[in-house]
Parts: sequence; C-alpha cells; structure tokens
Amino acid sequence: MGDVLLTSELKGERLELAASGSWTAAHARELESLVDGVASHATSAKNVSIDMAGVREFDTFGAWLLERLTRTWSSAGRETKIVGLPKHDRGLLEEMHGVNRKPPRPAAQENRIVTALASVGRASAGFGRDLMLFADMLGAACVAAVRVVTRPRDFRFTSTVNQFDRVAWQAVPIILLITFLIGGIIAQQGIFHFRKFGAELYAVDMVGILILREIGVLIVAIMVAGRSGSSYTAELGSMKMREEIDALRTMGFDPIEVLILPRILVLVVALPVLTFLGCMAALYGGGLVAWLYGGMSPDIYIARLTEAISLTHFQVGMLKAPFMGLVIGIVACSEGLQVKGSAESLGLKTTASVVKSIFLVIVLDGLFAIFFASIGM
Amino acid sequence: MTKKIVIKVRDLVVGFGDTNVLDHLSLDVRAGEILGVVGASGAGKSVLLRTIIGLLPKRHGSIDVLGVDLDKANEAERRALERRWGVLFQQGALFSSLTVIENVQFPMRENLDLSPRLMNEMALAKLEMVGLTPDDANKFPSELSGGMTKRVGLARALALDPEIVFLDEPTSGLDPISAGDFDELIRTLQQTLGLTVFMVTHDLESLYTACDRVAALADGKVVAEGPLEAMLECEHPWVRDYFGGKRGGLLADRRISA
Repeated sequence: MGDVLLTSELKGERLELAASGSWTAAHARELESLVDGVASHATSAKNVSIDMAGVREFDTFGAWLLERLTRTWSSAGRETKIVGLPKHDRGLLEEMHGVNRKPPRPAAQENRIVTALASVGRASAGFGRDLMLFADMLGAACVAAVRVVTRPRDFRFTSTVNQFDRVAWQAVPIILLITFLIGGIIAQQGIFHFRKFGAELYAVDMVGILILREIGVLIVAIMVAGRSGSSYTAELGSMKMREEIDALRTMGFDPIEVLILPRILVLVVALPVLTFLGCMAALYGGGLVAWLYGGMSPDIYIARLTEAISLTHFQVGMLKAPFMGLVIGIVACSEGLQVKGSAESLGLKTTASVVKSIFLVIVLDGLFAIFFASIGM
Repeated sequence: MTKKIVIKVRDLVVGFGDTNVLDHLSLDVRAGEILGVVGASGAGKSVLLRTIIGLLPKRHGSIDVLGVDLDKANEAERRALERRWGVLFQQGALFSSLTVIENVQFPMRENLDLSPRLMNEMALAKLEMVGLTPDDANKFPSELSGGMTKRVGLARALALDPEIVFLDEPTSGLDPISAGDFDELIRTLQQTLGLTVFMVTHDLESLYTACDRVAALADGKVVAEGPLEAMLECEHPWVRDYFGGKRGGLLADRRISA
C-alpha cells in the first residue's frame, strides 16, 4: 500500500504537489489531515499544480478531498492545476465539483433558558392536547355506540367475540395467578404484624376489605392495561402506519365503529368479569396462607370473612371496574391512532398508552374513593 | 472484449418447503455493466438477489462475488465483502428513526474512520449526486415521497463507494417521469463511479434505457441472457410474450425507429 499519499515541494511561488497511493474511503482520515495541512501552511505560493499520476485508486472520498483542496485555493485567488488524472477519474472529480456549493441552513442557535421554557410550554400544551384527545375519543366512541344501538345490524359481533377471547378468556390464568399471590402476600403480612397485638383475626378483615374494595380491581386494571391496552395501541398503530385505517374510511366504514367500539366494549365487559375472578382468587390465596402460615382453619377464616365484609365492599370494587376498562380502552385506542410513520413512534405511543392508562386508573380510583366516602358506601 | 466477471452464480437451487424457486440456475455478471433481471411475478428475481447478498439460504450451488466464494469466506471476509456492495431495497428500507443524512452516514460511521466534517460533506455530496438538495437532509423518512425515498436509499447504498450495487425494483411505484429520471440517474452514476449494477426490474422502460444486458428468469432458470436484441429473438414463450406483447412491442418499435 502506498504509505505516502501526498508530498509537497515549494519552488519559489510555485507549489508542486504529488499524490500517490490510494485516495479512497479507507484512507480518508489520513488524507484529510494531509490535505488540510497542505492547504493551511503553503500560503506563500501563487500557483499550485497537483500531479495525480501516482494515484492508483480514486473514489468519491478522494475526489471530494481533492476538490476541497482546490476550492480552498481558488477561493484565496490562487491558480490550481490538476495534471495526470486519468480520464475516467476526471468525470468523478467533475461530479464533485458541483456538490456542497450551497451549505445547508445552519441549525438556529437557541438560548438554553428559552429552550427549557419552550419544553415546559410544549409539555403543558401536550397535556392539554391529551385531554382533548381523550374527550374526543370518548365522544366518538359514544356516538358510535348510539349509532350501533339504533342500527344493531352494524354491530361487529364476530370481532367483539374474538376480542373478548383475547382480552378476557386468555387473560384468566395470569390474572388468577397474580391475584392469588397478592392475596396470599397481604394475608401473610397482616398475620405477621397483627400477631404482635394478638389481633390475628383482624388480618382477615384487612384481606377481605382491601381486596374487594381496592386491590382486586386495581391489580386487574393494571394487568389489563399492560396486557391488552398495549396490544390495542400496537395493533391500531401498525394498521395506521400501513394505511389500513385510511382504506377502511375510503370504503365507507367508520374506523371507530369497526375497530375501536368492539375493543372498548370488550374491555368494559371484561374488566368486571376479570375483577370478580381476581377477587375470588385473592380471597382463596389469603385463606390458604391464613391456614398454612397463620394456623387459622378454613372454617374460622370463612366465618370471620362473612362477618367482616358486606355486599357494599364487593359492590364498590365491582362498580369501579367497568369505568377503568373504559379509561384503558379509550387511552389505548386514541394513542394507537396517534402513531405516525416511523417504527420509533409506534414504540413511543405504546409506552405512552400503558403509562397513561395506569396513571388514569389510579387517579380514577382516588376519585371513586372520595365519591364513595361522601355517599357513605 | 471480455470483461472480468464479478458475480458468478453456478447451479443455484433455492426453495421454500417443497418447491424450488430457483432450480439449478447459473448466471454471470460482468464488471462495469448494468444487468437487468426480468421475470414474471414470483419467478424468483428477488429471491435470486436476496440469495446473492446472503439474506436467504441456498440448497445447492455456489455463489462467487468479487472473487470470493461466499461459502468459504469466514466472518471477517464476508463483512469486508459486504462493504464492497450496496443494496437498494424495494421499499427503500430507510431507518425510520434517523434523518435522511443520518441514514446516509450510518454505513460510513460504522465502517470508516472519518472526521465529523468530512462525514457531513460526504453525505451531502452523495445526496446531491442522487439529485436531492441539502434542505432534504434533515427530514425523516416518513416525510419523503416515494421517489425521494428511493433516492435516499440509493445514496445510502452508495455511501461506501461500493463496486457492485444491487437494486430491487428501483422504479416500481414511481410515476413514468420519475422512473425515467431514476433510470438516467443510475446510468450516470454507473458511468461516473464505474459501478456494476445488478437490477431486478419489472419495468420495460428501464431495460431499454438503462440496462446493458438482460437476463430473463422463468421456470427457475435463466432462459435468455444477452443484450435486448437477443431477447427479441428468443423463442421461450414467456420471453416472447413479455418483449413481443403490446407494451413490449411498442417500446421495441420506438427503439428501432429512434
């Protein structure tokens, strides 16, 4: 390989450069420093000749660096002549002669404080827009629901059953497992700490009330947001990317009615069902732990449970479930429709969907707590 | 004048399940030519391209690119070889999370040791060579039209100054004027950069304006190979239909009268 790529010799006012070796991408770093070095230090020369006869390989990288060199000199008013370049490579150099003439618009320099303020503003505006999107999707889903009620033939029954299978039926094993474990953990902690006061029996009260009122529905809602909400967003998002949703619209179908209403409806129905199953599994787990760990016989556990809990507790939990399903469905679907062309945006929106729906589920739970407390339930 | 053969495919068999898409196919691509590969939909044009660049496994036969036998090459040799070719995929296959200029810089950043300034200048130069302006450089792929996507894809394929460029239906989905421009661009770039081009195409226009030689695929084999004139004389029924059909005939007449 040619180690020496460029040699220079100053003869009075004339600078003679001799290039050799491979002027290619692989030597670009070395070449660039050589070219820049020659360009900056040979300031006394009036005219320059570059002999390219020794160059064995020449590609666009080499051609551009040669062009850059001659451009520096010609802009300083010096005459530059290139000799010994084969005819074929001359075409490449000419091609390079035309490029990079118009520098790209430089990125505007921004004040750091202004940037910070702008990002805060943008985030606030984004929050407002999210609320609008949520309301928009809720409204659109309600309108579609009313339309379907007036024209029941338009209801997508098959799609709804298919979604129900995926969202509710296939979720049963994992929901049962998780809530069973959570019930067991709550019972174990309750018994462990209440034992210090000799109040082990009250652990059963805690398990019953906590699970039926709060934990059962929350755990199930969070699980469903992660499991089905994310899949809704990803599904609708990739349909949006591949213009399937536009295709539906042009065929005269309303995407809200065809795709989104069945999905939201399924969540609204599935969440109470899953919550009920989850609560039962958690109470069962709690009972099992109370028996094996706390030494409390199942008879005593059940007797204590019937005393501690009332229908109200159960109602409070179950009443919340459909609303949580609605929130998850609306967030997942509206995020799905926000997906833009890139794969990155699909990922971002899926994350946003899960984070936002879990956040909203917890906020909603808090609001319900205030509401039920004030009506004395 | 016999030119060096840069891609040598011998006795290639590629199949999925029970069917062999390519059945003992042999093909040569010579240095510095534009070879157009034509064939009916499903004839295995894209399969041939994807097998040569190593995306699909083959069942039998040998592929020799730039004097390297792909079966015998080790990991390092393969990687070195992959740098010497560029691929333009049918849909462009631009990285959607990177801007246009970052897409073009990606192979340079990974494979070469360049200063940031030179990398920017080179990426812009490549973009200008394929007919884009510096203003397009900071756009994202989702903001580009079909023709621009193909141009950026081509600029990315050319990023490392490859010796061979594989084009998978470069003009599909473009309007006839853009397709014509694109053919001309490929021709110009091929001449300035001294490229060898392996082009899979459906487009009769491309064959007439851009290609030096044509290979027609049918029944899993190359049934005709040679310049266009040879195609017009070929007796194979599919080739006759393709070049002698209404659209093919019109173009052939135009070429003869021109």
